[in-house]
Amino acid sequence: MTAILAAYPTLFRIALATMIQYRVSGLIWMIGSVLEPVIFLVVWSVAARSAGGSVGGMDPHDFAAYYMLVLVVNHLTFSWITEIFQYRIQYGMLSFQLLRPLHPIHQDVADNVAYKLVNLIVIAPALAVCWFLFEPRFPVAWSLPYAVLALPMGFAARFLLDWSVALVAFWTTRVMAVNRIYYAILWFTSGRMAPIALLPGVLRPLAHALPFYYALAFPVELALGRLTPAEVWRGFAMQVLWVGVGALIITTVWRAALRRFTAVGT
Amino acid sequence: MAWLRLFAVFTRIGALNELAYRVNFAVQALESVVAASTVLGAVAVVFSQTDRLGDWQVWELVALIGVYFLVLGMINLVLAPSMAKFMEDVQQGTLDFTLTKPEDAQVLVSVSQVQVWKVIDILVGVGLLAVAIHRLGDTLGVLEASAFVVTLLAGAAIVYSLWIMLATLTFWFIRIENILMVFWNVYIAGRWPVTIYPGWLRLLLTVVVPIAFAVTVPAEAISGRLSALTLLSSVGLAVVMLIVSRWFWRFGLKRYSGASA
Repeated sequence: MTAILAAYPTLFRIALATMIQYRVSGLIWMIGSVLEPVIFLVVWSVAARSAGGSVGGMDPHDFAAYYMLVLVVNHLTFSWITEIFQYRIQYGMLSFQLLRPLHPIHQDVADNVAYKLVNLIVIAPALAVCWFLFEPRFPVAWSLPYAVLALPMGFAARFLLDWSVALVAFWTTRVMAVNRIYYAILWFTSGRMAPIALLPGVLRPLAHALPFYYALAFPVELALGRLTPAEVWRGFAMQVLWVGVGALIITTVWRAALRRFTAVGT
Repeated sequence: MAWLRLFAVFTRIGALNELAYRVNFAVQALESVVAASTVLGAVAVVFSQTDRLGDWQVWELVALIGVYFLVLGMINLVLAPSMAKFMEDVQQGTLDFTLTKPEDAQVLVSVSQVQVWKVIDILVGVGLLAVAIHRLGDTLGVLEASAFVVTLLAGAAIVYSLWIMLATLTFWFIRIENILMVFWNVYIAGRWPVTIYPGWLRLLLTVVVPIAFAVTVPAEAISGRLSALTLLSSVGLAVVMLIVSRWFWRFGLKRYSGASA
C-alpha cells in the first residue's frame, strides 16, 4: 500500500507532462463538458417559462444553480476510460502497462485527477460567465459541507464502475455499443438530462436504485440543500455500497480478464 | 455531375468491403437505436413537464430530431470518413495517389470513403420525419416540402464547406484532426431548436458552427414557420461557403509537397 502511494507523485508528473503535450485536445474536450450542462440549463429554463414560470417547483434561477453545479460535479466525476480501454488492448499498450509492478488503474487515477484539477482553469471562467448570464439562485444550505464529502465518494463510485464496464473490452472488441447503452442509462439517471425529481414513470425509482445519481446529482442537491436528512444518509449509504460493488467487480474480473488477455502489438 | 458518379463508385467499394463484416450491420443498428431513443427520451422527459418548449410543440421537435439524424447520417456516411482519410493522406504523403488521378482532387477526397452502415442513421432520421409529419397533420403542402428540400440541401452544402475548410488546414498544421472534434462537441446543441438559446449561443451556432442552418432551419420549413429571409440567407450562405471553400482548398493544395519532399 505504501509502495503504491509512493508511486503517485511520479504518476502525477507523467499525467501532467502528457496533458501539457496534448493541451489543445484537452481544451477541445472541455467544450463538450461545458456546453452540455449549458444546453440543459437553457432547455429547462425555457420549459419552465413555457409551463407558466416553473416546473417541479424549479424556476429558471433554480435550474441555473443546479446546472452550474452539475457542470462542476460532472467534470470532477467523469472519466474517459470506457472510450479508450479498447485501444489499449487492440494496439498492445496494455502489454507495456502490465510489465510494471503496479496495477494500471493507478495511472488512470492520476491522469483523471490531474486532468480535473488543471482544467478547473477552464471551468472557473465558464461558471463566471454563467453566473452573469443566467443569474442562479444559490440557497444557504445546511447540507453544503456534506457535498464536499460526497464529491470524492461520487468520483470513486463512477470511476470504479467505468473501469468495470471498460473491462468488457477483454471479451469483445465491439465495446462501442456497450458504452452507448451504459452512457444512455447514466445520462438519464444521473441528473444530467434532468433533475431526477422531474423524471417521469419508472425512471425516478430506477435512478434511486442505480449508482449514477449518487455519483453526480447527489452532491449537487446536497450543495443546494434540496434533501432531507434521511435522504442524505441513504445517499451516503448508496455511495459506499456502489464503491464496494465497483471495487469488487474490478478485483475479481481483472484476474479473469488477464487470464484471457493475449498480448497484441509490437 | 462527376461527383455523383464517383460517389456511386466509392459506395460500391465501401459496400463490398463492409458486406464481409455483416455483424457490423447489427452493431450499427443497435447503436443507432440507442442514440435515437436517448434523444427522443430527453424530449419525452421535457414534455412530461410542459406541453410546449418555447413556441415548439412535441411533434415539431420530433421532426427536428429527424433532421438531426438525417444530417448526422450524411456526415458519417461519407464526409467524416473521407476527411479522416484525406488528413491521414496528407500526413503520410499518400495524397500523391489521389492527385495523379484524372478527376478533380477535391471531389475525390470528399467521397473517397463510404461507411455504408451509417445509412441506418439516415433511415432513422427519415422515419422520424415521416412519423412527425404524419402527426403534424396536413400542414405540409408543396411549398413547405420544397422549402424543406432546398434548406436541407443548403444546410448540407454549408456543413460540407465547413468540413472541407477545416480539413484543408491540415496542409499547414499537419496534425489538426482534433479540430473536427470541435464540430462534434458543438453538434449536440443541434438536438434542440437554436431559437430557444440565448443570443450569444445562437450566434455561435449560426456563424461559427452553422448547425442552425443544417438542422433547425429545415425543421422550421416542415412546421411552416420558415421566413423568406431565413430561406434566402440559408441558400446565400451555402453558395458563398461553397465558393470560399473551393478557393481555400486550391490555395491549401499549393502547399502540399508530397511524400518524397
